[in-house]
Amino acid sequence: MGYTVALTGNPNTGKTSLFNALTGSNQHVGNWPGVTVERKEGRFRMGDGEVKVVDLPGIYSLGAASLDEEIAADFLLRSRPDLAIVVADGSNLERSLYLAVQMLETGTPLVLALNMMDAAAEKGITIDVEKLSALLGIPVVPTVARRKEGIEDLKKRVLDELKNRTAPLNSFALPYGERLGPLFDEMEAFLTTKPELIPGLPARTAAVKFTEGDSVVLAAAESAGLLPALESILSGSGAAVESALGYDLQTAVIERRWGFVSGVTAEAVTRDLSLKTRLSLSDRIDRVVTSRTLGLPLFFLVTWAIFRLTYALGDPLVEIFGGLFESLGERSAGFLAAAGLSDVMVSFIQDGLIGGVGSVVVFFPHIFILFAFIAVLEDSGYMARGAFVMDRVMHLMGLHGKSFIPMLMGFGCNVPSMMATRILERPRDRMITLLILPFMSCSARLPVFVLFSGAFFGPHAGTAVFSLYILGIVVAVGAAKILGSTLFKGESSQLVMELPPYHIPSAGMVFRHAWERGFLFLQKAGTFILLSVVAVWALASLPWGVEYGSEESLVGSIGKVLAPLFQPAGFGFWQAAVALFFGFLAKEVVVGTFGALLGAGEAGLAAALPTLFTPLSAYAFLVMTLLYVPCVAAVAAFKRETGSWKWTFFMIAYTTLVGYGGAVLVYQGGRLLGLG
Amino acid sequence: MGAFGGCCGTVTEKTLSSLAVGEGGVVSKIGGDGGLKRRILEMGLVPGTEIRVERKAPLNDPVSVWFRGYELSLRVDEANAVFVRPKGCAGCSGGCR
Repeated sequence: MGYTVALTGNPNTGKTSLFNALTGSNQHVGNWPGVTVERKEGRFRMGDGEVKVVDLPGIYSLGAASLDEEIAADFLLRSRPDLAIVVADGSNLERSLYLAVQMLETGTPLVLALNMMDAAAEKGITIDVEKLSALLGIPVVPTVARRKEGIEDLKKRVLDELKNRTAPLNSFALPYGERLGPLFDEMEAFLTTKPELIPGLPARTAAVKFTEGDSVVLAAAESAGLLPALESILSGSGAAVESALGYDLQTAVIERRWGFVSGVTAEAVTRDLSLKTRLSLSDRIDRVVTSRTLGLPLFFLVTWAIFRLTYALGDPLVEIFGGLFESLGERSAGFLAAAGLSDVMVSFIQDGLIGGVGSVVVFFPHIFILFAFIAVLEDSGYMARGAFVMDRVMHLMGLHGKSFIPMLMGFGCNVPSMMATRILERPRDRMITLLILPFMSCSARLPVFVLFSGAFFGPHAGTAVFSLYILGIVVAVGAAKILGSTLFKGESSQLVMELPPYHIPSAGMVFRHAWERGFLFLQKAGTFILLSVVAVWALASLPWGVEYGSEESLVGSIGKVLAPLFQPAGFGFWQAAVALFFGFLAKEVVVGTFGALLGAGEAGLAAALPTLFTPLSAYAFLVMTLLYVPCVAAVAAFKRETGSWKWTFFMIAYTTLVGYGGAVLVYQGGRLLGLG
Repeated sequence: MGAFGGCCGTVTEKTLSSLAVGEGGVVSKIGGDGGLKRRILEMGLVPGTEIRVERKAPLNDPVSVWFRGYELSLRVDEANAVFVRPKGCAGCSGGCR
């Protein structure tokens, strides 16, 4: 029969490596119901036992502080897996044991994987595995997941526990001391007369968790109608305990738990103090990396290098992919036309289907390369340092230190930058960053800026282009401030972040992470992009027989209807509306569309554009191009990262309104100043 | 901040954010609101924990603290919720209760 095992542990304990080592390539990535947090599952077999392993987001404790952590805590408390593997960092046992002890209290059968034993040995730390196992009352298996050491032993112990444990592990009782103990006795006595608050959770643990203010237990108590009774115990006996201890009950519970953890650690761990001087390598690196003078410049240098390298390495690949799909489209078109297919069908296959698939695949190189760099940053420990040095600046805008990385990447392409928001743990930080990213001027907008600026602003073309980049940043910062104090007002932003010791990232992990992200993009965002490309193709080709994207096509008709709307912005003619419409496919398409509509090649465009635009309306049009809805691929990436159509439509609507408002403001303002 | 009355006599309690780099102390209490307070406590900053300010970011915010064998960074307004007393009193942390 199959078992379900949860894999849990602190961040930076090598949990992902352990998951990979346990399940190999036998993995599946899905989503937790209703949210965007990824749910990773894998399987392993041993003998006749088959085990499903659910990899939970890294947590420090069951008291959830973010969405990821809520999911992990909820799964552990409510879904009650058959067993949980708690991954501990052998080189920092004390910190890892807090979660293990909390898990012990829940009564879930546990196996403790003592990972990173190599790092522990390097630090001169010896752990008495037998003693630790005896003190906690659970099997403890030393592992080095990165070198796949101890994995078979871990599997064996997990299956042993699953097969041989007849009763749930309910015997563990943390010594809460002579003051808290009687209080919990009283609450436990009360709770045992009622149905279980959370199925499977021991009554005493429910009492402890209620006292420390655990939201899951609090909610369960409320829906069971036990809230008033439990609260009256706390305000009676609890208050007496509080005044005797000198601090509140929540502090008292957590302090006792840490006290127990320290005690166990002291008994099981011995440190070779002679090695202490050697282990400050991390510290020596940090002296430079987080220093007052070098900290920020170094961070800018690193992020700038990643920015340059991602696009320098990715662009040639994108061109190869693009060329491949173009020639594939042309060849199939030739072949299909020869086979007697109608022009419409040939165009559908060439421009719609093959063009659509091509427009998905071209993003793969950038996503792959960027996520390889991100994996290196995260795995090495530098990401946390970057967030540390940048946080003050980003926090002024209501953002997190790590938000800087996606924002910078946005100047290359909004798609990988939106995916990079995954480095932000808290949903608030992630949402705000996602919502302002479309304003970062991606490289696809540059050809439009260059064309128009060259045509209208002569010697000042460079300044005009530069001003648009600055405008994008200003709008993004303003939007972050406004969103933070309106839609996301209630949610506080937190840092409280570990600075893990540096270590050398493993090539395998980096490759795996990059491949996974790229592949998931193709899989999840691909359909949406493909359908949109086909829809645009249909609008440009219907009714049958019209020239693609011409005045007579549906797009042309829509353009004519919309044109008057753009009158206040100075470009109230249908060609502009059609160009903006096609810009939704990819912003650089705006240039090609004008070329086709004005019957001029890209070279002749600079001369043809002034028949439609004045310099002022041209600038207004560029402001619109900069700020309005990002391309279809960015929208798909946004949907993929938020998992919400509601937020996706909000983003489309608000960016377009901001773009339109900006364009109108520029045009009308310019006219008032006598520039028109 | 106020004074800390205990077996060590009257000792001035300081916030974690007011300590200079290299300065240490013993956590005496965690203030602040629900979510943040619980988070700080569960990360191991409970009364009686010995801490040392390890470094400050280039703009003096956030600060980074060393305790229980690892390093944790907190924004200044988060570190304001952590109260510490001088390390000299560490020996009596048990007896104070």
